[in-house]
Parts: sequence; C-alpha cells; structure tokens
Amino acid sequence: MKREWLSRFVSWVETGSAAQPSANARPEKRSGAPAGGGAVKDARKKDRYRLFFNTYYTVAVIVCLTLVSVLIYTVFHLPFFGAENSPAANEVVKRYVEKGLDETGAVNIVAGMILDYRAFDTFGESSVLFLAVTSVMILLLRDENNIDPQEDLASAHEMVIEMDNQDLILQKVIKLVVPCILLFGIYVVLNGHLSPGGGFSGGAIMGAGLIVYSASYGSVSINRFFNMKTFRALTTSALLCYALSKAYSFFTGANGLPTGIPLGTPGAILSSGLILVLDICVGLVVACTMYGFYALFARGEL
Amino acid sequence: MLPWHYNIPFFCIFLCMTAGILMPLLRKGRASFYLTLCVCFTVTSLSAALCAILYTSGDSFTYQMGHFPAPWGNELFAGPLEALLATVFSLVMGLSLLGARRAAAEDILEPKQSFYHVMLCLLLAAMLALSYTNDIFTGYVFIEISTIAACAIVMARDTAHTTVATIRYLVISLLGSGLFLIGIVLMYGITGHLLMPQIQEEMLQIFANGEYTEPMTLVVGLLTVGVAIKSALFPFHAWLPQAHGSATTTSSAVLSGLVLKAYIILLVKVFYRCFTIEIIRSLRVTNVMFVFGVAGMLAGSLYAIREEHIKRMLAYSSVAQIGYIFMGIGLGTDIGIVAAIFQILAHALTKPLLFLSAGRLSEICGHEKEMYHLRGAAWRDKLAGVCFTLGGLSMIGIPLLAGFNVKYLLAQASLQNTVKMWIALLALAASSVLNALYYVPAILALWTPVSQAEQTPPPKNTGYRVAAPVLSALVLFLGFNSKPIVRIIELGLSLLKI
Amino acid sequence: MPALLSEIINYRFEIFAFLLFGIGFMNLLLQKNLIKKIIAFNVMDSSVFLFLASQGFIDGRAAPIVVDGVTDVHRYINPIPSGLVLTGIVVSVSVSAFFLALVQRLYKRYKTVEFDEIMVLAKKEAEK
Repeated sequence: MKREWLSRFVSWVETGSAAQPSANARPEKRSGAPAGGGAVKDARKKDRYRLFFNTYYTVAVIVCLTLVSVLIYTVFHLPFFGAENSPAANEVVKRYVEKGLDETGAVNIVAGMILDYRAFDTFGESSVLFLAVTSVMILLLRDENNIDPQEDLASAHEMVIEMDNQDLILQKVIKLVVPCILLFGIYVVLNGHLSPGGGFSGGAIMGAGLIVYSASYGSVSINRFFNMKTFRALTTSALLCYALSKAYSFFTGANGLPTGIPLGTPGAILSSGLILVLDICVGLVVACTMYGFYALFARGEL
Repeated sequence: MLPWHYNIPFFCIFLCMTAGILMPLLRKGRASFYLTLCVCFTVTSLSAALCAILYTSGDSFTYQMGHFPAPWGNELFAGPLEALLATVFSLVMGLSLLGARRAAAEDILEPKQSFYHVMLCLLLAAMLALSYTNDIFTGYVFIEISTIAACAIVMARDTAHTTVATIRYLVISLLGSGLFLIGIVLMYGITGHLLMPQIQEEMLQIFANGEYTEPMTLVVGLLTVGVAIKSALFPFHAWLPQAHGSATTTSSAVLSGLVLKAYIILLVKVFYRCFTIEIIRSLRVTNVMFVFGVAGMLAGSLYAIREEHIKRMLAYSSVAQIGYIFMGIGLGTDIGIVAAIFQILAHALTKPLLFLSAGRLSEICGHEKEMYHLRGAAWRDKLAGVCFTLGGLSMIGIPLLAGFNVKYLLAQASLQNTVKMWIALLALAASSVLNALYYVPAILALWTPVSQAEQTPPPKNTGYRVAAPVLSALVLFLGFNSKPIVRIIELGLSLLKI
Repeated sequence: MPALLSEIINYRFEIFAFLLFGIGFMNLLLQKNLIKKIIAFNVMDSSVFLFLASQGFIDGRAAPIVVDGVTDVHRYINPIPSGLVLTGIVVSVSVSAFFLALVQRLYKRYKTVEFDEIMVLAKKEAEK
C-alpha cells in the first residue's frame, strides 16, 4: 500500500510529458498482469463489496437494536404517561391556556401558540415549504439536462388523447365537486383561529381541489387560470406578506411598541389580529405548493 | 425602544429570508447573483459592527421575538461570539460566491441560477439563526432548512454523480435530524421548556435530584450523535467526500467551510446554555467525543492520502479538520472549546480558500480534477498557486498561519489533563505529519514545471482575483495575530454561561 | 412481573413509538429501494410525532380549543406538543417531496429505483 501512493506522488511530480500513463491506466500496470488480471481483479473487487455490505448490514442492525433498546429502557424513567403533574405541565402551558384567549384572541389555543407566541418557528416552517418547492423546481423543471424525447412523445400523445376523449361524466362531477372543495378549504383557512384547522390543513384541501381539477380537465385548461406566473405571484406575495407582518410584530414586540392591531371579539371571524392574515398567507402558500408538487411531478412544468 | 444594534441579528435573518423569497422573481442569473452578494456583504458589515460594539461593551443580550417574554415566546441571544461567527459565515459565503462565479455559471443552467441563489440565501439565514437562537426547537427547524438547502446546492450542478451524492447526503442527514428531534422531545418531556435558559434551570435541578438522570444522559447522547452525523464526524463521514467533491465549487466551499460548523455551534450553545459544561463533563460525553475526534483526525488524513481527485482530497481533509473540532470540545474545558471555536473560524477561512483555488486551477486545466492532470497548473495562474500553497501550509500547521495557532491552542488546552494530554499531543503531531503527506505532494505537483504549460492563456477570472487575496489575508491575519479573536471567543463563551 | 406489565401498559405509546422509530431507522439505512427508503423515513418521523404527542397528553382532558369560554388549565391537554407536531409534519412533507423529486430524476435517467444499481450505472457513466 505504502509503495503505491509513494509511486503515485512521484508520478505527479515527475516532469516528463506525454509519455506518462494516464490516471486510469495506471492500476493495470501496477497489478503486473495487464491482460488476464482484469477478471481476477473484478472478482476480488466483488468479494470485497460483498464483505463490505455484509459487515455494513450487521453493524447497522446491531446499532439499531442497541438504539431501540436504550430508548425503550429510558421510557420507563420518563414522567408517568398522562399524569397531571408531569414537568411539561408548567407555567408555560398555564399562560397559553388561561391567557391565550385574551392575549392572542384565538379560540384555538394551538393556532394562537404557533402563530403568535412561537411564531418564529412557524415562519421557519413556511420557509421549509418554500424551499422544498424551489428545490423540486430545480430538479424537475424541464431544461437541457432534463429532457427525454421518448417521454415528451408520450406526454404529447397523452395530451392528444386528453383533448379527444373528454370524459363527460368525470368532468361534470368535477365541475360540481371542485367549487365545494375549494369553498371548504377557504372555510377551514378562515376558521383556523376558531376551530381545528388553519392555514396548513385548509391550504392542503385547496391544493387537492386544484389537483383534482387539473387531473380531470388536463393541463391546458388549468393553465388558463393557474400557470407559472400566477404560482410565482401568489407564493411570493403571500410569503412576503407573511414575512413582513411577522417582522413588524417581532420588531414592535422586542422594542416594546404597541402594534396598533385590534384583537377583536374572540369567536368572531374577524378577530385575533394578525393570526387571520397569517393563516390566509399560509393557506395560499400551501395550496400553491401542493398543486405545484403535483404539476412538477406529473408534467415537469407548472 | 432598544438600542439600535439590538435589532441587528433579527434584521440579518429576516433580510436573508426576504431576499430568498424575492429571488425567484429575478429572471436573470446575474441579477440574483448580485442580490445575494449584496445580502451577504450587508450582513457581514452589520454583524461586524455588532461584534465590535458587544466586544467593547463586553455584554450580551436576548432579543424577544414577539410580544411575549422568555418562557412563552421565541428569543434570540447574541453575544460577541455569535456576532463574530455571523460575520465570518456571511463574509465567507460572499467570497465563495464571488470567487467561484465562473464555475457556478458554467455548472448551473441559466434559468435555475436564481433558484440556486434562493438556496444560498436561506442557507445563510439558517446558519445565522442556528448561531443566534436561544430556543431549541427553532434550532431544529433551522437545521432542517439548512439540510434541504445544503442538499439542493449539491444537486444544483446536474450530473449523475451529484444526484447520487445528494441522496446519500440526504439519507444520512435525515437520520441525524431524526435523532436530534427525539433528543429535543425527550428534553421537553423532562424539563417542560424549549428555551435554553429555562431548560438549564430544570436540568440543574434534575442533576441535583437525580430523578430523570437516565433520560438526561440519553438526551445529551442523542443531540451529540445527531450533530456528529450531520457534521460528518469520523465514523459517519461516508457521505461527505462525494457530496463535497462533486458539487460546484461555490457549494463545496460553503458546505465544507460553513454548513458543517453551524451544527457544531448549535451543539456548543446547547452544552453551555441547556446544560452546563460541568454536567456534560461529568456525564463523560466529552471523553467519547474526544476519542472519535482523535480517530477522525487520523482517519480523515489517511483517506485523503489515498485520494487523487483534488476536491475529494480536500473533502477528506475536512473530515480530519472536523476531528480537531470535536477533539477540542472533547477536552471538556473552556479553553478546549475556545480552541475548537478558533479551529471553526480558521477552517471556515482556509478550506474555502483551498476549494476556490482548486476550482480555479482545474478550470485552467480544462476542468480536470485528477492531481495528475493538474501538474504545473500553478505556473499558469500564480495567484491561485500561491493561495493553494498558503492554504495547504496552514492546514499542515506551519507557524504564522492560522492552522498553526489552532494546533498551538489545542496543545495548550490539552495540558490540563494528563491522560488526554499525551493522546492529544501525539494525535496532533501524527495528524500534522499526515496532513503534510498529502498537501506537500499536491503543492509540489502543482508547481512542477511542465513544458506544455504555455499552450493557451488561462481564462480571466476577476471574481477569484478579488476573493482569494481577501481570504488569504484573513488566514494570515489569524496566523499573525490570533490574540484579539481568541479574546472575543473567550468573552463570548463566558457570556454564554448563565 | 405484574409491576413490569403495568409499566409497559402505562408507557405503551412511547414504547410503540420507539419500536416504530427503530423500524424506520433500520429501513432507512438498509433498504436499497429508494421509494421504500422514503416510506421508512415517513415511518420514522411519524413515530417521533407519536412520541411527541404522547408527551403532551393528560388523562381525561380535552383538546386545546376553548369551549364555552372556559379557560381553565385543568380542562385542556398541553397545547405545545400539538403545535410542535404541526411544525414537524410540514417539515417532513417538504423533505419527502424533495426526496421523491430526486428519486424521480434518477428514475428518468436510469430506469430503476434500486440504489445499488443506480450507483453502479452512475459510476459507469462517469467513467465514459
């Protein structure tokens, strides 16, 4: 082994020009048997791979089993399950539950917590979604590297079939169902601070509506009202609105300034200050993202 | 109203995120490049100002994110150390962007350049948030952001190698963040808090009462292993060389120089602010980290010696350098951690310099990355040759360069513990020799006079001509005059304690 | 023995969560099929969410949505883990989407989702 790399360094530093063997040719030269050595070497390599994988498997299984047993051992030392006096039930929870309604205006305590008390985490989480859809776009948007003539042919073929054989029953049913789905999604988003739900769940429902529409009517008709431009405008403006309103509330909060945003009467739709705005922004982002995932995976474009 | 400089950390994070959100609107790759560069250097100057102010006044502050105080709302915490790290992170990211602009423009298709810059902006935001956060769950969210963004900047250069490397990177990262998340949940289960100072109060009680000692030990273990996996400590390093070796040069520099470190910074903050270093030491976690750190120092160099691909060689050298950091933390003393953080800074400056120079040299030689084809490349671009030599010598630990001070500080820190002293000193010596065994031949190969050298004039690269001298100057500065930096780190660490 | 059994029954959610975690973890490491790897990742994350949710549960209390204006802490369970689970789910969805996109890209290029085959093919392609 030692000699091998030493000789390699010598070959780097040697001044000779074209006569030097190329990097790929050198291993053959070293093994000494240029013609017959290849097969033996391949076999040996395969053996080594198998050995490596076997050890890898054993080690991985042992590591996993130890990890699980250690974890389960620790479970028995945790606070009692469902106990009232566990360390987690402390003054933090008390304030969230007892003052949450007055301080955030949200009847849904969880919504109040993630969008007001601990809003920075939630902002990070929305950025994760944005990041995911952007990275999926890097991977799947059609470009010079990501073109398959066969597949293009297939999708063109599908498009023709789509245009020729419009499924009447499917399309009529979808025409009835999609508005209901979108309406329900909007309802869930707008009631996020009053009931279970909120931006994420409502947005996912709206995204599902868009996906169903796109699947039954084809890409051409959905592109009439929802294309790359709408997608970009909606996500960017929603996220920007989110970021700016959160920045405003963080800045005023840290500097001890009043926000000047009324909380409204708890229980009404127009209440709980910024939470409603944030829910709408998140809903838009999530709906666009979900539909975007579908369109990118199915067609490689929006 | 707070003093104006209190708003800087919050403003920097939001600036990066807003810029990332607006980036897809820019169609031209050029425009998004300049926007990212502006963001990086704005953050650098603001953070440098903050660092100077906090260093002279010698205090730190918490910044309440929202209208609710400590145990109820999120918080940021900033001291001189965090501000220094933010300065270095944003500066190095800006210089890496600038220095490898040509390569990035060739490797990444024009319509996707703005997406690539989105990733870089959010990565910077995540690294800033990881160093400023005072809330452990915020830490988790931003770890995930940086995971996705880091994978995406590996895969932005669209070749077979990078996609495979990205999958490996992603799988390992997910294992790491899964363990980290379980650690956080267990910690929440036994303390009932998510903010670091409150967690520490509870942890001290637990440590005194001995009620939940087993879960506490497990928490420390899980957090450490999670971070170790994500920052490629020795037995978990398998994903790193391929990912860092095959990505475009900017990504390699950013990943190797910065992203690996951001997780370790979070771990140090957790050690100091969620536990105390005494608790960590008495749980003997530091001993384990010390052993793996030493193993990583040696193993990384051994792998690097066998590597002919220049970028993969540098990536393996990063494995060894991460070993240094973990060894420093593993000493379990304040000065050990000071040395580790100094190593984080030194490596964050040196490794991007090496990657940029390697990228430039291989650009001259028609994008060949094998050492053999790079012979004599240094004569064709002397600046790149000199910078690579400087970086390599710093890694070996030649006096008057940043790497030497790292080894000096580590050796000094190890003197407190007799057993660890001998291991650490031997490991430092051995690893210096091993580093020399691959950097010296590489440098010699680059400077080998080759007759065919004067074929075509090398393409111009203005970005590199600006970025490399700045980085070299900083490496030299850390070598000549490490005192003020060490003092900032010491002050920052003492302020981290509550 | 009965003591241990009652302990197990008491901690059943946590134990089950960790068993699931082990299953997900091992499959994520060892599966060669990339789609199965993604499923394993989702199992792993869901198990963490189960564990997280079980940390916030308190016997005999209601979900944290204020009913009839009663804001008594003894009426509702701990809302924090629920919020954290929400955040975690979104992160896991995003990561899954990213992972799936990578797999789709590789499938288009190599017409397989077995990772070891892909590695061999990629190596061959690089040597050309």
